[in-house]
Amino acid sequence: MADSKWMPRWFYQLASPRWCYQICGKLLPWFTVAALALLIGGTLWALIFAPADYQQGNSFRIIYLHVPSAILAQSCYMLMAVAGAIGLIWKMKVADMVAKACAPIGASLAVLALLTGAIWGKPTWGSWWVWDARLTSMLILFFLYLGVMALNSAIESESTAAQATAVLALVGLVNIPIIKYSVEWWNTLHQPATFKLTEKPAMPAEMWVPLLVMVIGFYAFFAVTLMMRLRNEILRRERRAGWVKELLLSK
Amino acid sequence: MSFNSFSEFLSMGGHGLYVWLSYGLGVIIILGNLIAPLQAGKRLRAQLTRRLIRESKGS
Amino acid sequence: MADLITQAASERAQIGPGGLFVATLRRDLMLSLRRKSELVNPLIFFLMVITLFPLGVSPEPGFLAQLAPGALWVAALLATLLSMDSLFRTDFDDGSLEQLLLSPQPLFIVVLAKVLAHWMLSGLALTLVAPVIAVMLFLPAEGMPGLMLSLLIGTPTLSLVGAIGAALTVGLKRGGVLISLLVLPLYIPVLIFGTSAVQAAVTGLPLGGYLALLGALLALGLALAPLAIGAALRISVSG
Repeated sequence: MADSKWMPRWFYQLASPRWCYQICGKLLPWFTVAALALLIGGTLWALIFAPADYQQGNSFRIIYLHVPSAILAQSCYMLMAVAGAIGLIWKMKVADMVAKACAPIGASLAVLALLTGAIWGKPTWGSWWVWDARLTSMLILFFLYLGVMALNSAIESESTAAQATAVLALVGLVNIPIIKYSVEWWNTLHQPATFKLTEKPAMPAEMWVPLLVMVIGFYAFFAVTLMMRLRNEILRRERRAGWVKELLLSK
Repeated sequence: MSFNSFSEFLSMGGHGLYVWLSYGLGVIIILGNLIAPLQAGKRLRAQLTRRLIRESKGS
Repeated sequence: MADLITQAASERAQIGPGGLFVATLRRDLMLSLRRKSELVNPLIFFLMVITLFPLGVSPEPGFLAQLAPGALWVAALLATLLSMDSLFRTDFDDGSLEQLLLSPQPLFIVVLAKVLAHWMLSGLALTLVAPVIAVMLFLPAEGMPGLMLSLLIGTPTLSLVGAIGAALTVGLKRGGVLISLLVLPLYIPVLIFGTSAVQAAVTGLPLGGYLALLGALLALGLALAPLAIGAALRISVSG
C-alpha cells in the first residue's frame, strides 16, 4: 500500500477513518440542502407542472419515483461491490464500512422501486403484480441485497464478515447482467410485446427534465444517508481510538 | 400547471389512489432512511460517551 | 535439514496440475462413496419434490406434462442446493481444509476437482435418474434428450455457483438455510435457459441455442467460480 506512487493522495487519506469522518461531516450539510431542494422541487414539478401522459393519464407521474429509485438501487449495488473489492484488495477499513452501509439503503430503494412498480401496474395492466421483466429483475436484485445482508449479520467477526460479503457482492455484480438478460429474454418468450411501463419512444422535455431532477435528487439523498451511516459505523468501529474519545468528551 | 383546481389535483384524473399511495411510500422510505441513521447515531454517541465516563471513573 | 525440506517440497511440487486434479478427484469421490446415505439423499429429495406436484396441483396428465419441464428443473435445482452444504463441511471439521489452503498447490485446481467430484455424485446422478422421474410427470418422449442434455450442461454451473455459497458459509454453524438465500437468486439464469431447452425439445424446436447459452454460463463459471471459491475458503478458514 505504501509503495505505489500512481494512486492519488486523497485515496490514502480516504483510508483514514478520522479524515473520512471529518470530510463527511463537512459535506453533509451541503448534500442535505441539495437533496431537499432537488427532491421537493422535483416532486412539485412532477406532480403539478409535468403534463399527463396521453395513454396512461396521471398515473404516469409514478415514473418520477419509480425510475430514480430503480436506478439508485442498481448504482448502490455497484458501489457496494466496488467498495467491497477495494476493501479486499487494499485492506481499507473505510471501504468495508461503505460497503456495509450500502446494503440496507440499496435494499430499501429496491423495495420502493418494487412497490411503486406494483402500484403503477394496477391502473396500467389491471393487477397489482405482473411478471414484467424490469420488475422481476428488481425483485431478484432485492434478493441479492437480502443475501448480502444475511451473510453479513451471520458472521460474527467484523473483518471476516466484510471480506465474505465483498466476495458475494462481486459474484452478484458479475451475475447481474446475466440475470437481467435472461429475465428479459424469458419475458419476451412468455409475454410477447406487452405495453412497457417506462420505455417511451420519445419523451418530451417537459416530462424528462423533472425526471432528471428527481434522479439527481435521489443521488444527493443517497449520498446524505450513506454518509450518515458511514459516520456512525466509523464511530462504532473506532471507539477505542484516541480521536473518538476526544470527540465524544469534548461535547 | 396541468390542473385547474385543487380537487382535480387530488383526484389525479381518477388515479389519485395510485399516485398518492406511491408518493406516500416514497416519503416514508426516504424519511426512514434519514431518521434511522440519525437516531442510531445519537444512541451510539450517548452509549459510547457513557462508557468513556464509566471507564475514566473506574480507573 | 533445510535442504531436505526444500527438496521434499520441490518433489511434491513436481506433481503436475493434472496429477493434482486427479488425486483430489479420487480422494473426494472415495470419501463420498463411503457415506452412502448422503449420496442418495439428493436423489430421494428429487423424487419426493416431484411427487408433491401431482398431489398439490393435479394428477391430470395433460396438465402435468405442461408443468413437467419447470417442475423437473426446479426440483433438480433444489436437490443440488440441498447437497451443497456438505461440500466443504467435513473437510473443514477435520482440519484438512486448512492443510489444503496452506499447501503450495494451486487452489484453483484443487477446488475445481472437489466441485467436479461433488457434481458427479449429485448433478450427474440427477441427470441420469431425471428421465425415469420425468415419465411420472408425463413429459413427452421428445422432451427427454432436451431434459438430459440441459441438466448435463446446467447442473455443473449450479454446483460451481453453489460451491461459492458453501465456501462462504463453511465457518458458520448453521449455514444450510443461508446458502439457499445467497445462491438461489444466482441460479435463476440457469433455470430459465434449462427450462426453455426442455420446452423447446417438447415442441420440436431446435434446442442448440439454449444448450449453447447453458454452455456459455458453464464456461464462465469454470473460469471465475474457482477463484471466488478459493477466496471465500481463505476468508472462512482464517476468520
